[in-house]
Amino acid sequence: MVKLREIAHSRTGDKGNTSNISVIAYEEKHYPLLKAQVTSERVKAHFSGVVEGEVVRYELPNIAGLNFVMTQTLGGGVTRSLALDAHGKSLSSALLELEIDDTGL
Amino acid sequence: MRSIRIGSGAGYSGDRIEPAVELAEKGDIDYLVFECLGERTVALAQQARMKNPDAGYDPLLEDRMRAVLPVCASKGIKIVTNMGAANPLAAARRTAEIAKSLGLPSLRIAAVIGDDVLDACKDGDLPIMEFDGTIRQLGNRLLSANAYLGAGPMADALHAGADIVITGRASDPALFLAPMIHAFGWAMDDWNLLGQGTVAGHLLECAGQITGGYFADPGYKDIPDLARLGFPIGEVGADGSLVITKVAGSGGAVTAQTCKEQLLYEVHDPAKYLQPDVVADFSQVRVEEIAPDRVRVSGGRGTRRTDTLKVSVGYVDSYIGEGQISYAGPGALARGRLALDIVRERLKLTGVQSSELRFDLIGVDSLHGAEVSARANEPYEIRVRVAGRTESLREAVRIGNEVETLYTNGPAAGGGVTKSARDVVAVASVLLPRDLAKPSVRFVEA
Repeated sequence: MVKLREIAHSRTGDKGNTSNISVIAYEEKHYPLLKAQVTSERVKAHFSGVVEGEVVRYELPNIAGLNFVMTQTLGGGVTRSLALDAHGKSLSSALLELEIDDTGL
Repeated sequence: MRSIRIGSGAGYSGDRIEPAVELAEKGDIDYLVFECLGERTVALAQQARMKNPDAGYDPLLEDRMRAVLPVCASKGIKIVTNMGAANPLAAARRTAEIAKSLGLPSLRIAAVIGDDVLDACKDGDLPIMEFDGTIRQLGNRLLSANAYLGAGPMADALHAGADIVITGRASDPALFLAPMIHAFGWAMDDWNLLGQGTVAGHLLECAGQITGGYFADPGYKDIPDLARLGFPIGEVGADGSLVITKVAGSGGAVTAQTCKEQLLYEVHDPAKYLQPDVVADFSQVRVEEIAPDRVRVSGGRGTRRTDTLKVSVGYVDSYIGEGQISYAGPGALARGRLALDIVRERLKLTGVQSSELRFDLIGVDSLHGAEVSARANEPYEIRVRVAGRTESLREAVRIGNEVETLYTNGPAAGGGVTKSARDVVAVASVLLPRDLAKPSVRFVEA
């Protein structure tokens, strides 16, 4: 097992009460691992207590990246949130903690 | 083939100023774009304008213009910016005064007006997208309604000879698309070119975020010289070809990784990135390093624009009161938790009226909540934070006060209290039929 951080990088963006997190493989050969193991369901479970809405995943094979769009995540919206990190900019770092099974690589 | 070089001189209203000067002096650029308008900035600026009719534009307009105008004028670099905020005309007039005071009276300065669609939104009593309700139901809490304009009016201003174009609310990528439309004569229904141009604008609009800012992670993603981070340049060809680069010798790095991260920044469905001028499709984009700090980005496409414009509606949402206090050393976490328990009970006992409360331990769980943070070790020091939403400033003040009284009434060795109370100007969105926004261009003489 390795942390997602070892094979991918990530950035968070915000719009209203929705957060999006990109997960991009450092090397293209790891993209199938991301696709297989970094699922919407896992991301939603990982952000338990943070994401109150749904998690939708978009695939971008040309850049070996995934984009996760998470609704009802930013404390009612960036401009009115009580949170210290109202934009959720720090969320990408939490996602890079995910454990990835790299058996066979 | 013709090509232009567009520099991105600011990624938000408070951004560093000298990277823009560096771009103008050493970047061999044709256009310098400043994106300075956050989601709620127009609403805040509208409040300022209501107090003073000559105010309501970006507070750093003067500093930025004074810094770049002499070199831009001497090299013929044209400036496009949304620093007009809630008052583009006043911003243009002020810029004209600055130009004159710098001995540059021949600069032609244009304001794009018409993004203010408050009346049209009220007339239509448009429904709000984020919650149940309509514009009129916001009553006297409603502050502003500004449509995200497209590139057309800015391109018109450039076509009419403007050296400086100052707009209010416009889509951020459109600030970059306007010079491309002007320089290359792109048709406003050439969806694929507009889509690829939007890719360029989207990549450039956050300035340092594509040259290594918001990116560095020591040991994994190392970026040199962030204190002198260079801002990006887009080399765009008439066919939409695009290379992202930066000034040689500046700090930071432009790599495939920085470009890929920025490509998806604040994007939802990458195949449908809704813009006023086009529905851009980023899903087939390719990113390729062709030389150090030179990345080719291709494959952006587009489809027909929608019939509506997104409108950002500013309103007074509520008030937020907050207080913080620190604990350290052995038992810091237990004392922090005790402090939170005390404040939680005090807010009830004293009847502070709030609709939402938040109890954080900074250093433990303030960023990702208790569940995500559960596996972390106990830190040496922690900071207690209590925040609450209220209907009045008076109630908001009471929240910080209940944290402050922990000094003499709370756990041992609590220090460094800070407290605040503020009103919350929030934004929501409505969709306005496109033909109800009537943007126009006005020139101001220096």
